[in-house]
Amino acid sequence: MGSSRSRMDDIPHAQQLIHETDFSAAHLLRLHQRFKFLDKYQTGELRPRDFGAIPALALNPIGDRIIGAFFSPGRETLDFPSFVRILAHFRPTDPNRSRDSTQQELANSRTRKLKFAFQLYDQDRDGKISRAELLQVLRAMLETQVVEEQLQSIAERAIQEADLDKDDAISFDEFRRIVFFFFVFCLQSLEKVNIDHKMSIRFLK
Amino acid sequence: MEDVWAGALWALRVWLYLIVGLIMIPAMFGFSLGISETYMNILVKTLEWATLKIQRVNTVERTRNASASNSLIQRGNGSMEKELGELRRSRPKPPVGGDFTFSDCFYFTRKGIESIVEDEVTQRFTSEELVSWNLLTRTNDFQYISLKLTLVYGLGIFVRYCILAPLRITLALIGLSWLVIGTSAVGFLPNSSVKSWLSEWVHVMCYRICARGLSATIHYHNRENIPKKGGICVANHTSPIDVVILCNDACYAMVGQIHGGLMGVLQRAMVRSCPHVWFERAEMKDRHLVTKRLTDHVNDKTKLPILIFPEGTCVNNTSVMMFKKGSFEIGATIYPVAIKYDPKFGDAFWNSSKYSMVSYLLRMMTSWALVCNVWYLPAMHQQVGEDAVQFANRVKSAIAHQGGLLDLQWDGGLKRAKVKETFKEQQQKEYSSMVVGDDSNSD
Repeated sequence: MGSSRSRMDDIPHAQQLIHETDFSAAHLLRLHQRFKFLDKYQTGELRPRDFGAIPALALNPIGDRIIGAFFSPGRETLDFPSFVRILAHFRPTDPNRSRDSTQQELANSRTRKLKFAFQLYDQDRDGKISRAELLQVLRAMLETQVVEEQLQSIAERAIQEADLDKDDAISFDEFRRIVFFFFVFCLQSLEKVNIDHKMSIRFLK
Repeated sequence: MEDVWAGALWALRVWLYLIVGLIMIPAMFGFSLGISETYMNILVKTLEWATLKIQRVNTVERTRNASASNSLIQRGNGSMEKELGELRRSRPKPPVGGDFTFSDCFYFTRKGIESIVEDEVTQRFTSEELVSWNLLTRTNDFQYISLKLTLVYGLGIFVRYCILAPLRITLALIGLSWLVIGTSAVGFLPNSSVKSWLSEWVHVMCYRICARGLSATIHYHNRENIPKKGGICVANHTSPIDVVILCNDACYAMVGQIHGGLMGVLQRAMVRSCPHVWFERAEMKDRHLVTKRLTDHVNDKTKLPILIFPEGTCVNNTSVMMFKKGSFEIGATIYPVAIKYDPKFGDAFWNSSKYSMVSYLLRMMTSWALVCNVWYLPAMHQQVGEDAVQFANRVKSAIAHQGGLLDLQWDGGLKRAKVKETFKEQQQKEYSSMVVGDDSNSD
């Protein structure tokens, strides 16, 4: 009975999710609606092909990787709490929250955002972005537009810049450092461009 | 036992006479007895009362539903160039090796996540959300409010299913059978101006009966721009009922595929009285053949204007999707028409993946009513130096602007098919020009 709207009772562990992710009840309901919409056959879980039905995602050069990031290694299905937890990474960080050590554990902390981005590169999850993995991402983003030699030289330069311990791979620390490095300069300019801003999605009230 | 039968037959006869007298005859001759107006007035007052009641009781609900836009997130409006430029602002431009940074992926990631949460295309293929309940079961998510409201709601169900629906089904059947009989009869006449006049009259009459069969209240605007013979009329598509809506006011030649069964009977009858353009299934694939037949029809100035829905599929009436360029290549005068339904009284959108045609029609007949606005826009011609795609987009924008709909660049066919690879290439091209710069000879 009724249209595709959700009720709070339909969502398992709603209160816990709200507490964990800091989404409001209204947002959680809308996300649940979206989840049910993407879940075409009403199985209660999402699969990679359900994401494939979103046109804007299909034409995103790293669309497949973003989809892959939702699914834990080895798992083929995604339930609603996991869906919401990952989306929670992209909520803007609340500037009013006190800067204490617990901020690291927040779902949408800066570190979590960076970790998400890092894992897009590091597909085998070994904690390092190897040269091969970097080349794979570059190929996905540039594909037929650039010749192989150019790809190699771009990758070479990127690794040289970032790889501090010279092991020909980029660890999470090195990744974080190189990304922060550029943003430090940005903070000096008048416009406040920062990681949080770039990797956040503004949810309307 | 026989008394019951006799009684039932008598009731049926009275019922039919009432219908014929009060609804059909006025419909046929185009005047109105004011019954539907009274009904609509009562309906509007009831719905307003219901809305007020709901709002008074549920202020929390009201703030949640008050946002007229259905968006959940605010999307960034920057282009790829602007946003990536911001990310790289401080870096000195490198001499060799291209300009790639690890943070480039942030832009694509954010866009990707935004489209997972909400995307422009798939939300066009579900019904428009209502701001407040319109007392129909199918849009009910609102909690119990008060006894009075529930009673009105119950009364509404009874009225809709037991009184209105049989009435409407009868009317629709009468309308359609009259269409078949009438057009076949006219078909026997030799070709003359009398024949075309009669055929137009029969067509309009039957569509008027069908429109009454849906309790349709149509407001036509700018009737001085009504499509003339030898042109092509294009409109946005929400459901098969669009045909009934438009044909209530003027006569058009239809374009389509020949079906079997009941539709086929209808199509064959219609083509006897005046020329429509029906294609066999195999012929539809041959674009040149299709274009040629349409061109021939258009060039014959005695034939009626062709009615085409360039979106190619039903969209939920909040936006207009990409127009297929086929009809814009013919070089005829285009008469754009914008159709906008009022969702308060019934949802006209046909979600073909969810409902079959029959269940859709039944839903239509058990809604309160169908209220829509039709705007006739001034004729448009293809300008010098404008290709078919640009012309199509221009017409689409005009229609979207008039109807208050969103003008989208997406192809309606994305409802079923996957995105073409060429779109992905475009994003890759744009990004590569930022990374590699002007050295790359991409074409």
